[in-house]
Amino acid sequence: MGPGELAERIRQRFPEVLEARREVTVTVTPGELTSALEYLRDEEDLSFWFLSDLTATDWPSREPRFWIAYHLQSLEHAHRVRVKVGLAGDDPRVPTVTPLFPTANWHEREVYDFFGVEFDGHPDLRRIEMPEGWVGHPLRKDHPLAGVPTQYKGAFIPPPDQRGV
Amino acid sequence: MSVQPVREETMIINMGPQHPSTHGVLRLVLELDGEYVVSCRPVLGYLHTGIEKNTEYRTWQQGVTFVTRADYLSPFFNEVAYCLAVERLLGIEAPPRAQVIRVMVMELNRIASHLLWLATTGLELGAISIMLYAWRERELLLQIFEMITGLRMNHAYVRVGGLSMDLPEGGTDSIRGFLDLMPGRLHEYEELLTGNPIWRQRTVGIGAISTADMLELGVTGPCLRAGGLALDLRKSQPYCGYEAYEFDVPTRTEADCFARYAVRVDEIRQSLRIVEQCLDRLEPGPVMVTDPKVRWPAQLSVGPDGIGNSEEYVRHIMEESMEALINHFKIVTQGFKVPAGEVYQPVESPRGELGHYVVSNGESRPYRVHIRGPSFVNLQAIPRMVEGALIADVIAIVASLDPVMGDADR
Repeated sequence: MGPGELAERIRQRFPEVLEARREVTVTVTPGELTSALEYLRDEEDLSFWFLSDLTATDWPSREPRFWIAYHLQSLEHAHRVRVKVGLAGDDPRVPTVTPLFPTANWHEREVYDFFGVEFDGHPDLRRIEMPEGWVGHPLRKDHPLAGVPTQYKGAFIPPPDQRGV
Repeated sequence: MSVQPVREETMIINMGPQHPSTHGVLRLVLELDGEYVVSCRPVLGYLHTGIEKNTEYRTWQQGVTFVTRADYLSPFFNEVAYCLAVERLLGIEAPPRAQVIRVMVMELNRIASHLLWLATTGLELGAISIMLYAWRERELLLQIFEMITGLRMNHAYVRVGGLSMDLPEGGTDSIRGFLDLMPGRLHEYEELLTGNPIWRQRTVGIGAISTADMLELGVTGPCLRAGGLALDLRKSQPYCGYEAYEFDVPTRTEADCFARYAVRVDEIRQSLRIVEQCLDRLEPGPVMVTDPKVRWPAQLSVGPDGIGNSEEYVRHIMEESMEALINHFKIVTQGFKVPAGEVYQPVESPRGELGHYVVSNGESRPYRVHIRGPSFVNLQAIPRMVEGALIADVIAIVASLDPVMGDADR
């Protein structure tokens, strides 16, 4: 199926389908996420059972603020789809997809680490890249790139412009 | 008569983060019962450098210099994945000559990466000679990269819209020389290893995992192909014109460390085939799009002191054309704007599916760049491969996955 056909096919079930740059994006609510991914995985002509990637984007000026993107592919049909779900800024949480796609385990830990999104039902939701005890979620837009004291194991190193020579 | 109670306690051992055979700073927390691994918990993050965050503070073109450092053993793949994604957002395509050179440097890079894998894996399993030989051939490739891009690693050679510069004069001769030399050298490697009883004992039947498990855990690349599934993005979802090249996708069925070795050596042969076809396809032409709103204005070249602007170009902007000077400063300091939208661009890196998810909000800087590093995902399969194995086999198994921590931690 080409992207146009694929978008048409998915639109029969989920109305919010966008086709742009030969990619298909389906937007669903957090409530229908699990059933949507199950549907995309189990329908014979779709068979999106391989989760390539899972990540998030932070849009502080929008509501919902956090957008999780699930990149699925079908190895039989060599086509791809992106499923997006928007989460509220004050308490971002979404059901885990680890039971459906075990590979999501570390991806969800990464999103939790970098964005502070909670994945309900995740078997082991801990930070994965940042040190344990790190304060904040560095890929949020309100987390500065630099110019903050660096924390490491309780030691604070001042930002570069405040260090003595 | 007293009966000695059976000892039931296990021992927890940290392998890494500083360990010569963990391929960078990977830490494995192993629970051991004697020599056997009961459980394994990988700990990541020691090489997290904030590449994704950094790209949000630079122009689109500068993003190349960051992503190239993610998987530092296959820099060209990072560059191509990122540039293809941005080009798709812009709705442009690099000229044909640039596409051919991109394929060529990627395949040479695949050979370099597999050679480094062979060298380090050999070293870790006690085969010192293969380390010296594979390192020797990789050095030839690094010299070729230096001649083409000015740098041995982290090239930032592929740019949005094409390449930073064309091949140097006589550049193809040394590549042809390498192509002539390599088949004989590959034969040498196989003479050393394939039938070697020690090598076979350390790899055959070690670290086997079912294809279903690998797919469940998202494993891609040579590891998956060693389990019999010929999944290769160059064939299934071609980019850069890969559909026009003739090559095979090597597979094995055993899914153990030896099968991964065999697949990688065969892949070097296929890459040599592709590079040869690239050399035949090279037609004269531009290597950068002509749109002045996107193209990098300076004509770069590798001189005796590194990459620099050509004198002719400097004379043009400084003495002849005010408009050219203004355009130069606008593009170099502010960059170009990219229409709002998002794309996911996968490419087949030496380690598997490398995906770049790039989001634009219409500004001159990326809004979000996410790298789906194949090493990150493949490492998730480690516990399933090592649990129940001997501790000495953990070394062989981790090596056979070929993780690059720069790619896993970004």
